[in-house]
Order: sequence, then C-alpha cells, then structure tokens
Amino acid sequence: MKRESGHSHQRAARTAWSWLWVVLGLLYFLVPLLATFLFSLRAKKGVLSFLAYRHVFSDPQFLQTFTFSLEMAVVTIVFGLALIIPTAIWVHLRFPRARVLIETFALLPFVIPPIVLVFGLIRLYSRPPLALVTSPLLLVAGYIVLSFPYIFRAVDTGLRSIDLKALTEAAQSLGAKWGTTLFRIVLPNIRAALLSAAFLTFSIVVGELTLAVMLAWPAFGPYMALVGRDLAYEPAALAIISFLLTWGSIALMQLLSRGIGGQGSAAGSVH
Amino acid sequence: MAFVELTEIGKRFGRHAAVQSFTLAVEEGEFVSFLGGSGCGKTTTLRMIAGFETPTEGSIRINGAEVVDMPPNRRGVGMVFQNYALFPNMTARQNIGFGLKVEGKTAAEIEARAAEMLGLIHMEEFAGRYPWQMSGGQQQRVALARALAVKPRVLLLDEPLSALDAKIRVRLRAEIRSIQRQLGITTIYVTHDQEEALSISDRIVVMRDGRIEQVGTPFQIYNHPATSFVASFIGSLNVLSATVVDPTGRRLSVDGQVIVSSEPITVDAGKDVRVSLRPEMIALQNGRAENNHLTGTLSNVIFLGSIVRLVIRTGGNEIFLDTFNNPHLSLPSVGETVTVGFSRDACRLLDQES
Repeated sequence: MKRESGHSHQRAARTAWSWLWVVLGLLYFLVPLLATFLFSLRAKKGVLSFLAYRHVFSDPQFLQTFTFSLEMAVVTIVFGLALIIPTAIWVHLRFPRARVLIETFALLPFVIPPIVLVFGLIRLYSRPPLALVTSPLLLVAGYIVLSFPYIFRAVDTGLRSIDLKALTEAAQSLGAKWGTTLFRIVLPNIRAALLSAAFLTFSIVVGELTLAVMLAWPAFGPYMALVGRDLAYEPAALAIISFLLTWGSIALMQLLSRGIGGQGSAAGSVH
Repeated sequence: MAFVELTEIGKRFGRHAAVQSFTLAVEEGEFVSFLGGSGCGKTTTLRMIAGFETPTEGSIRINGAEVVDMPPNRRGVGMVFQNYALFPNMTARQNIGFGLKVEGKTAAEIEARAAEMLGLIHMEEFAGRYPWQMSGGQQQRVALARALAVKPRVLLLDEPLSALDAKIRVRLRAEIRSIQRQLGITTIYVTHDQEEALSISDRIVVMRDGRIEQVGTPFQIYNHPATSFVASFIGSLNVLSATVVDPTGRRLSVDGQVIVSSEPITVDAGKDVRVSLRPEMIALQNGRAENNHLTGTLSNVIFLGSIVRLVIRTGGNEIFLDTFNNPHLSLPSVGETVTVGFSRDACRLLDQES
C-alpha cells in the first residue's frame, strides 16, 4: 500500500510539473501577443478602440504593398514548386545519391544571410546581358532561394510518405505517360505536403524585408518596417493582423488537406 | 514461335552482374514462375520484361516484336507488385478504371469494364472503398483486376503474395491461377516460395546468381532436379555424407552401412560424396530385399498436421522421414532403434561433377 501511494504521489508530482511547463510555455507566447494587442487598442487616449486598425486599413499603401507581396508569393510558389517537385522526384527515383548535394543546398539559405545573397544578385544581374535588377523576376528568384529549404523538405517528406517508385511504375504499366503520372497520381497523393510548402513560402515572402528593400520593391515587409519606424500604435495593429493572416493560412491548409485519407494524410504532418 | 522470347538477356549494375545469359521462351497462355532466393535476379528479369530496367545485353520479344527500346507504357504488359501499389487517392473502381481512362475510353466503357473486373475478383461491394479501407488480400485482388482491366498481352506478378498471411496466400494463389486459366493470359510470376511455384505454374525457372539453373514442369523440377542447388532448394531434402565403396557396383557407405544407388558413380572408391533423399521417399522398416536400409536411433518426432516427420540419427547423419498422419498411427518412441528403407532410385548423388 505504502509503495502504491508513493507511486501515485510521484505521478501527481510529474503531472503538476508537466502542467507548470505547459502554462509557462503558453505564457511565453501569449503574454507578448496580448500585450501587443492591448497596446494596439490604445491609439485613442483613455479608451480601448480599433482606431489603429482603421488607420492601417485606410492607408492605401497597406493594400498596395500587401497585394504586391501576395502576387510575389503566388509567383514564387508556382515557380518554386515547378522547380523543386521534378527535382525531388528525380532524386527519389533516379539519383538518390544526389540527396546529400540537395540537402547541402537546402542549408545554404540559413548559412548565407539574405544581405549577402542580395548583394550577389545585384552584382551579377545589374549589367547586360543579364540586366535583371529592375525586373520582379530577380526578386522572385531570390525568394525561391530563401524558400527552397522549406519547399524541398515538405515535398521530400510528402514523397517519402508514398511508395513513389511502385506508384509511378504501376501508372506506367497501365499506359500512363509522365504527365499523367505526375498530375493524376503523384501530386494528388502529396497534396497536403504541397499545401504545407505553399503556405510556408507564403509566410516567408509576405514578411520578407532585406531582398525587397535592397532591390527597391514596394513590398509588405518594407512597409511594416516603415510603419514601425514612424508610428506608435499602428505597427502593433499590423503585427496582430499579420499574426491573424498566418493563422488564417494554417487553418486554410488544415481545411484543404482534410479528407485526404490514408497515406496522403501522413504528408500533412510535415511541420 | 513463342509469345515472350528472352534471348541471352544480361543486366549489370556497375561491376555486379544481376542477370547473365538468360534465355527463355514462354508460350502464349502459359504460366511460368521464376523461382530463387533473394538476389538471384528473378525480379530484375521481370522488371526488364516490364520495361523498368534496360538489359545490358540481349533481346526481349513480345509476340514477335522487339521491346527492349520501348517504354513501359507502350509494352502492353500488366504488372502486379509485392506491395499492391494501389493509388491511395482512388477507390477500387477508380484504380481499376485508371488504365482505361488513360487509353481514352468513355465513362460508360470504363464503368462496365470495372464492374466486370470487380465481378471477376468477387469484390463488387468494395467498388467505392479506398485502398486504406481494404485488407492486404483485398488490395492485391484489386491490383490484379487493375492490371487485367486493360487486357495486357502479358501479365507479370512480382512476389504478389509475400506480404500476406499464409491462409490468404494459399487461397489467393488458387484464385490467381483460376483467373489466369479463365482468361488464357500469358503470365510470368516471381516468387521465392517453392511451394507456391510448384502449385501454380505450368513451368518453373529456377534461378541462382543471375543464371538459370533449370527450366521444367513442377513435376520435373521436383522429381528430377538437374543440379544439387535445385535439389536442395525445392522441397525439404535429406543430404547425407557418404563414402564411395565400389563405383562399379554403385555401392556407398553411410556411417558404415552400405547402400546402393541406381545412378552411376564417377568418383573413385574412398572419396566422400553427398547423397540426397526426399523425406517422403523413405519408409519405416520397409523389408523389401531390393531396397536400401539404414538403422539408427529415433531422435525426434515432429507433428506437422497431415504429416508426421521422424528424425533418425545414424552416427554422423540425420535422416528426416515423412509419413502421413492418421488417428491410428503407431510410431516407435524416441530413443528406440529403427530401420528405414528406401529404393535405389530415391538416392541421388550430388556434387559428382564438381
């Protein structure tokens, strides 16, 4: 009996500790968020109001910069996936030894700061025949480099969750060409992974500062920095808005990937 | 002319030769199994016929046409995989209809053919299920129906039953054979399970180290193995160490007891040889004078259901003897001295040529 009560005592103590850490963790994340939110409501002296939010939404630059970044994000996602999906499939099916090389590449954006990347891009593409420095394509190319690790990891995990070799061979033995195999078999079965890649890229591009500033594009990141420098309450409102946008994206990802059963859903647990 | 002709096929991966000088002719409607241990080249050969591997040398002809340079999707070859490879995003009906959709058939044609195929595998009620909602056996039947739906010229099966449990394996192999007979489709089946190959095939190709060891009917392979590898790979086999006593009289000594073989002995007297004996060819105390006899101690009795296996020790050798089970069977007890008999034809000499 004594031993049993000792055990239950220990268990209770462990549970209490676990809860303590959970609460501490939540506080760590939620307190700054709550503080920012409360601060953002104090634009009008003495009362809590959404004045700062009204200011943000009424500023035409908010919509312009956000739309610009949204467009850039969509183009980056399309080109990024178009580049990385075939590469990942090729590595899986034909050249597994290239994985080490690709994984090294995937680490580079973490090692090389964006400022170094952007100076490299400017130097390389500022004179003919590669005078691309005024084209948004260069910005997209930079964004693809930054989001490459996330897209590759997501797609790679998606491909690992299915038996890619057997599925593509089965499709081919049934008469399918590569296009049919890719669009009817491979992509639908890694849909959750693709969504995950797309939304991660979206978050990176929408908040990105360095490339957009250095290449002089009116993007959302520089706009947020500008607002943060000049105003007091609006940056807090913007922070809350971008937080909600991010969570909205994640919720959308969950919603869209729901209903993908079996192996497909495994790809949803990428991040 | 044979329907599928493989001529001097070879496949190298770097310096490793996976398949060497593989020549085989498969007749139309024939069921041929490739049998061998892992790494013997049987799956590589099958994948070369499917078009998933390109042979380093040799030619593959299907219905008279060379297919080596033809991509897999144009060969008209149906394939069933070990792990089913059903498309997870499609129901059983959609999986079966996939090949027809690729061919550009109308929705009505696809529907009708899918229903026919589901009937063939007795799974009409599973039409709307996704792969993850079906058992392994059900998935493999759908995979078979999917491969057959496009009416392939040749059906290839790569260890289709090895991921299933024993009871389903036996039932499904009978089903595969019956469907194959019904449709008369030329079939090549890869397995490492000798019982499966013996029970299902018209002919068996026994492979080892990328080469063909023997091609023959299950009866020929089992009863007249061409090499010691085939003899030991097919069925359970007693391999006894013996010494040649008199090559001309075909007399051998097993632990000091003399037996006679019906096979000519090409090894000199005093040399050691190995003798093979099938367990079912040996009987307890068979008193016929022309037969061989060996006396030893009963060391174990193993009950295997319909068969009872006795293990008899004669000095350095151990002999397995199989006898049919029946409720009135009376067997000697363990430790007793017993004498077993077997015909001269039953003992085959191995390794004589080496």
